[in-house]
Amino acid sequence: MISFSLGRFSAVLIKEFVQMRRDRVTFAMMIGIPIMQLLLFGFAINSDPKHLPTLVQMDDSGPISRAVLASMRTSDYFDFIGAVTGREEGDRALRDGTANFVVVIPRNFERDVLRGLSPDILLAADASDPTATSGAVAALTGIVDAAVAQSLTGARQPEPRPAEPFSVTVHRQFNPESETPINIVPGLLGIILSMTMVMITAVAIVRESERGTMEALLATPVRPLEVMFGKIIPYILVGYIQTAVFLAAARLLFDVPFLGSPLAFFVGFNLFIAVNLMVGFLISTLARSQMQAMQISFFTLLPTILLSGFMFPFAGMPGWAQAIGNAIPATHFLRITRKVMLKGAGLADITSDMAAIVAITAVVIVIALSRYRQTLD
Amino acid sequence: MNGNAEFAISVRGLTKRFGDRTVVDHFDMDVPRGSIYGFLGPNGSGKTTTIRMMCGLLVPDDGEGECLGYDILTQSRRIKEHVGYMTQRFSLYEDLTIRENLDFIARMFRLKDRASRVDAALEDLDLKDRADQLAGTLSGGWKQRMSLAACMLHEPSLLLLDEPTAGVDPKARRDFWDEIRRLSAKGVTVLVSTHYMDEAVQCDFIAYIAYGRRLISGPAREIPKIIGLHTWRVEGGDISALEEELRKDERVGQVARFGPVLHVSGTDKMALDAVAQEQMKRGTHEWTAREAGLEEAFIYLMAGARDNFAGAGAAR
Repeated sequence: MISFSLGRFSAVLIKEFVQMRRDRVTFAMMIGIPIMQLLLFGFAINSDPKHLPTLVQMDDSGPISRAVLASMRTSDYFDFIGAVTGREEGDRALRDGTANFVVVIPRNFERDVLRGLSPDILLAADASDPTATSGAVAALTGIVDAAVAQSLTGARQPEPRPAEPFSVTVHRQFNPESETPINIVPGLLGIILSMTMVMITAVAIVRESERGTMEALLATPVRPLEVMFGKIIPYILVGYIQTAVFLAAARLLFDVPFLGSPLAFFVGFNLFIAVNLMVGFLISTLARSQMQAMQISFFTLLPTILLSGFMFPFAGMPGWAQAIGNAIPATHFLRITRKVMLKGAGLADITSDMAAIVAITAVVIVIALSRYRQTLD
Repeated sequence: MNGNAEFAISVRGLTKRFGDRTVVDHFDMDVPRGSIYGFLGPNGSGKTTTIRMMCGLLVPDDGEGECLGYDILTQSRRIKEHVGYMTQRFSLYEDLTIRENLDFIARMFRLKDRASRVDAALEDLDLKDRADQLAGTLSGGWKQRMSLAACMLHEPSLLLLDEPTAGVDPKARRDFWDEIRRLSAKGVTVLVSTHYMDEAVQCDFIAYIAYGRRLISGPAREIPKIIGLHTWRVEGGDISALEEELRKDERVGQVARFGPVLHVSGTDKMALDAVAQEQMKRGTHEWTAREAGLEEAFIYLMAGARDNFAGAGAAR
């Protein structure tokens, strides 16, 4: 019973290409969206923000205190915007948002340092947005230690302290400077492909029923598989173009490295495109209008952004959220791109991620084909 | 071609329900091969649904039948290969040109000599000059021609036309029907649904459907007799005043005006003749009894409530 006509398949294919070529706006969008997103995410988002407005409460003005402030400033994390004289003034600035930090250098700081009393510097931080302040907070201890150590030379050396029993050395691999674009950009490719591929496919198929052309199509002896492949393959090509544009821009604008095996990337990327197109096809069998198709596509986009590990660390999510995340193709593609682009992975390193995508694809195909109707019922 | 030699379509008890609404209710129909079969009925009476079931676009909930000798329940793919279906709403691609649309359909049917057949179809229906125009920019009449060309491309032996001339101007409609008759002369069976009297009278057979039930069917010529319609022809004098008067008379079924002539008809012969006798005594107009024509029958059918001829429908 199963027979596939190459002639009919290529007829659908050719028709899709002609329609795509005539629909200039959609075509421009397919190319424009990746570039726009890349620029927005790449330039606008920074999870390790610097130059945060900081106020100083100087209750001690010795050279060591000044050295501490100077090295805070050179760290780029803190921009000193002024001085406060008391606790209350500092609190008010934190509350109304004029400053993210208030640094308090306590009275007799220098004297206590020299006496080896380990005085405390207070850093009052606005932690209502932890992401904004955590980078600076984490960096502060190192900055202050270095500044103090530098100022203490010769006779001013305090009483020698016993050596620490051990020390921890952090080795930031794959993204030593913690640059946000390097973290965001590889994942962003997955989000952009999810968004455009799913939506464009879903809308393209629903358009047939909404405009009434499905009736003429079904009146011919065409088979579901011929329609499905003929409609989907043109969009695979669109995915290729988007990815090429994206990778080129990532390289030129953000210096995002590509360390791993191009073959591994290519295979993983094709699997990902395939699964997205199938999801789009599935949505098209559920939606009654192009508007609905669009809405359902957007509905799937939100969990993709939030639960895939693109926005927030996957490991930090509770078990049930990870389970949902694992059912999302972008989760696995995101791992593939990060592994291949940043960590230099090859095919062998991404087999489990590819297997997950294949499994999701199989499930989606079964559902989609069972939903696709050969009649108008 | 296998199967029934006499009928192109033969269905029994065709039933379709959408939810708890029965759209087509135990519908029977026999369409003789080579005939033009008119399918009449008010909007929403189930004509489109019936046609869709015949060509396999909808699965009937009940009933059985054959279309070109193929079972409508199990062999819809074979049926599609030999049937040309022209949808009520324009259903080709507006963002493709005429030629691209026809070429697409030709590929769907896997036709050999595709280019020359598309060319021939363009030539036949006078579409040659517009072949490279986008379908969406065509007027209604041209769209309809193109749809006909598309559903004729694979040389089907049965054409299902669902209100093919809705919204098309009279000249285009006449041209369209010339084409239909030409195809019919070549042996193509045509089932056409319509709202128009001038189209109904061109058909060899008529079936009338209302509320999903077939109420009347038969050779077009016999339809007035099947309904049991009697007609008087009236002319002369102040025809408008008379028309007004007769319309108020409950014994008269319907009054149809054709220029200076009135056709006064009804199913109750006694009552109608009584009116005629009274009027003739007055002598203001000239009354002649005549056989009811298809025009009267058509007006009767389109105007009538179903109760009126629920009994008469059983005549066949």
